[in-house]
Amino acid sequence: MTTENEDNMDKTTTKPSSLSDVAAAKQKKAPGGQSLGVGLEARGVHAWFSGKHVLDGISLDFWSGTVTALIGPSGCGKSTFIRTLNRMHEFIPGAQMAGEVLLDGKDIYESGTDVTKIRLKVGMVFQKPNPFPSMTIAENVLSGLKLAELKVADKDALLEDCLERAGLWSEVKDRLNAHGGSLSGGQQQRLCIARSLAVKPQVLLMDEPCSALDPGSTLKIEETISHLSSSMTIIIVTHNMQQAARVSDYTAFFLSDGGPGSMIEVGPTSEIFSRPRDTRTENYVTGRFG
Amino acid sequence: MSTVIASPKPGKPWLATPKQRLLGVGVYLAAALVSFTLVAVSPLKGKLAYFVVFFFASLVIDFALSYVQRGIASAKDAVARGLVSVGMTLAVLPIFSILFEVVKRGYKGLSFGLFTHDMSLTSVNDPLGNGGLIHAITGTIIMVLMALIVAMPIGILTAVYLTEIRGKFAVPIKFLVQAMSGVPSIVAGLFILSAYVYPITGSLSGFAGSLALMILMIPTIARTSEEVLLLIPNDLREAGVALGGTQWRTVALVVVPAAKSGLVTALILGIARVAGETAPLVLLTGGGEKVNPNPFSGPMGSLPLYIWKCFGQGTEQSIARAWSGILVLLVIVLALFTMARFLSERKVAK
Repeated sequence: MTTENEDNMDKTTTKPSSLSDVAAAKQKKAPGGQSLGVGLEARGVHAWFSGKHVLDGISLDFWSGTVTALIGPSGCGKSTFIRTLNRMHEFIPGAQMAGEVLLDGKDIYESGTDVTKIRLKVGMVFQKPNPFPSMTIAENVLSGLKLAELKVADKDALLEDCLERAGLWSEVKDRLNAHGGSLSGGQQQRLCIARSLAVKPQVLLMDEPCSALDPGSTLKIEETISHLSSSMTIIIVTHNMQQAARVSDYTAFFLSDGGPGSMIEVGPTSEIFSRPRDTRTENYVTGRFG
Repeated sequence: MSTVIASPKPGKPWLATPKQRLLGVGVYLAAALVSFTLVAVSPLKGKLAYFVVFFFASLVIDFALSYVQRGIASAKDAVARGLVSVGMTLAVLPIFSILFEVVKRGYKGLSFGLFTHDMSLTSVNDPLGNGGLIHAITGTIIMVLMALIVAMPIGILTAVYLTEIRGKFAVPIKFLVQAMSGVPSIVAGLFILSAYVYPITGSLSGFAGSLALMILMIPTIARTSEEVLLLIPNDLREAGVALGGTQWRTVALVVVPAAKSGLVTALILGIARVAGETAPLVLLTGGGEKVNPNPFSGPMGSLPLYIWKCFGQGTEQSIARAWSGILVLLVIVLALFTMARFLSERKVAK
């Protein structure tokens, strides 16, 4: 545990020490001293759609066991950026990219990389809840195992564990064989989170997970995020600045001035919201535009 | 004032009041009156004239009434509604008249014996009670099932190629599939005749017939399945892939199961498409009068062929047999369509 922390520190010596302290404090909170794995690093990531440059050289480190929020107005490339982090970007016809994304220090775009393994390690929760309609709640949670052909000794324990961590267990434990579509929108989204957890990802990407939900469900999902953050790296795209302030340790502000989106500023969330260095960030977080 | 407010009664205040309904009936009565007088005083003659005059009169009266009551927009709405109802009637009329005619002429020949006997010992002038069409029913079932067993995987895999893989050849293949669904069935029959029967077996058989049916079935299944798979939201594919599934696992475990009821509908539509095909079977099956369970040797009967033959024989009894054959075939096809409809509706309900 300690060595791993130090590894992390070594890798990020360029960071201001205050950031390291926060991350270290965060990691010490990890229950049971379990290994948190190494973080995810984006190095000069560019993205294009059918020749249109939409993302301009994003370099950003994501620390193990932290929550990073990506904020910014619509169309500034936040979603595109997180989709490059688990190679979902290439799923869109006409998509191109440049740059490196290092997971455990290895570029996930290196040729010969098994893309399915990358997506196992870097899970994703989408904007719209999308449980598989042909499957029951239990089957939905365990669907990743089937899709990735993984074997698990105790499926029931995993099922309960995932639903528990997603904050859904108490609500669905009596109807695990009901269809996923019978749940409410907020429950469906937590089901999707549980589904992502079942394959034990190191990193969880969340693309505006609460944008389709009511405040109650949003609160539940935020609780879920803060539970999860002790054991994995979470990157969340949000349009809701209060949400970013509530759940995240770090915040990155993205902006597009009509051209490709770029990252204006990144820092500990409290600093971004109280003393942003860039006036554009200040304008955005204070609600003066966007 | 402390009057007790009566608890509200559930109602539908947006429905037409009795007076409005009476006015509606009045429009039709007036239109009927106009049509009778016009046909009586003008040179217009015949049943059709009544209908045409009635139709135009009711449109005009409805238009005028709506205009007076609610203005021009509402009047246009009334005319559009009238035109739509007429279109619907014109589309439905032939269907019902066919059904009516078939039932009227076919019910006489219906008997239990129809489903237990074949025609091997029955001649054209025997009374209707003799013989049956069990050989035709079994033949149709065997040939359609054999065609289905091959056409189902090919059709669905084609649809998967077009919607999931979307390879380089997707556009030309889509075009080909569409063109193939317009191939006249006699062409399919001739193709099998020249490509399979003459060069390979040299004899007619049920299998040759089912090959032709297969050719006709594949494009129907492929096109319907494609439509169904296109309806599956892309979110599900992304979710499957994001969970570490390969494309094949995602298609097999997520996309196809989500489209299951629609795919069943596609299969049933494919069956219904070929169940009544006659031309290729005339060319290829030999059309025996006995039950022949072996599709690979010997002539095999089928319902459409039975109907075609009975009409050709021309006696009173055989024509009655043909009509009852049509009735049985129609019931089978109708049952399949109802099933398809039921299955696809259940999907929507979910």
